Amino acid sequence: MSEQHLNDPLVIAGKAYQSRLLVGTGKYKDLQETGEAIAASGAEIVTVAVRRTNIGQNPDEPNLLDVVSPEKYTILPNTAGCYTAQDAVRTCRLARELLDGHDLVKLEVLGDQKTLYPNIVETLSAAETLIKDGFKVMVYTNDDPIVAKQLEEMGCVAVMPLGSLIGSGLGILNPHNIRLIMEEANVPIIVDAGVGTASDAAVAMEMGCAGVLMNTAIAAANKPVLMASAMRKAIEAGREAYLAGRMPRKAYASASSPLAGVIG
Amino acid sequence: MQIQVNGEPFDAGKCATLGELVNQLGLAGKRIAIELNMEIVPRSEHESTPLKEGDSVEVVHAIGGG
Repeated sequence: MSEQHLNDPLVIAGKAYQSRLLVGTGKYKDLQETGEAIAASGAEIVTVAVRRTNIGQNPDEPNLLDVVSPEKYTILPNTAGCYTAQDAVRTCRLARELLDGHDLVKLEVLGDQKTLYPNIVETLSAAETLIKDGFKVMVYTNDDPIVAKQLEEMGCVAVMPLGSLIGSGLGILNPHNIRLIMEEANVPIIVDAGVGTASDAAVAMEMGCAGVLMNTAIAAANKPVLMASAMRKAIEAGREAYLAGRMPRKAYASASSPLAGVIG
Repeated sequence: MQIQVNGEPFDAGKCATLGELVNQLGLAGKRIAIELNMEIVPRSEHESTPLKEGDSVEVVHAIGGG
């Protein structure tokens, strides 16, 4: 109820979304679990990977896009696994063909396999090419406020700094940098990567992030569908707390009950 | 006719066009995207795009990912 009452949509590239939780589709046990978790998360934007079709293997096996239908969800193809701007651009162009001209993409150009840290030089280069080519780019980046601003100024429609390493579940390790990024931003800042559990997502939202993108925190939970539901609530709770404005922190107690009229 | 499909050698038999290759692969009507020699070939042009010896074809689809 709350989000509709608040009328507080997340707007990306001119389109309004009621959910501020964006989810990935990797690492699930099977497609059924994927579908159920995504439904429980309430997410409207769902990332997918683009990979070679297995030639000669059961062409009748169910397709991810049958479960996560482009008619129902905004599909966000990502370039995960790309280590060069060239591969990332190529992947986005294939995705656009795959999705009938859909041009919203998640750009992610990685630096090495151990950290999956973004390679910023390649990311900037790919972003420039993609934007010139008409793509709407949501970009995965580190938590460097200067780079984040550069990506916005190039024309990225959302900037998505990491909370911590992809798949690490360590939460938001440098909230101060995320705050610096948000202070200067005119596009949605979405924490992408690092969330481990519901409180991490709530922290991001309480700070004023526009949204959170996560995959492993849900898919690697013991009960992914239940965690998806928890994340939905955490995102909503965090957003409402941000909008409500928290009380100031104080060093000493402040009684909640009136001091007058105490017996004795 | 020998071509490459997804990085592997592939005998395309008598496939004269990309559309025929898609049929032979059992992928007709599937949500796929195709590159021929690094250039995307739109779905509407599969039937009319000829194949030749040594062509390199990439066929991709969407799978789970973050």
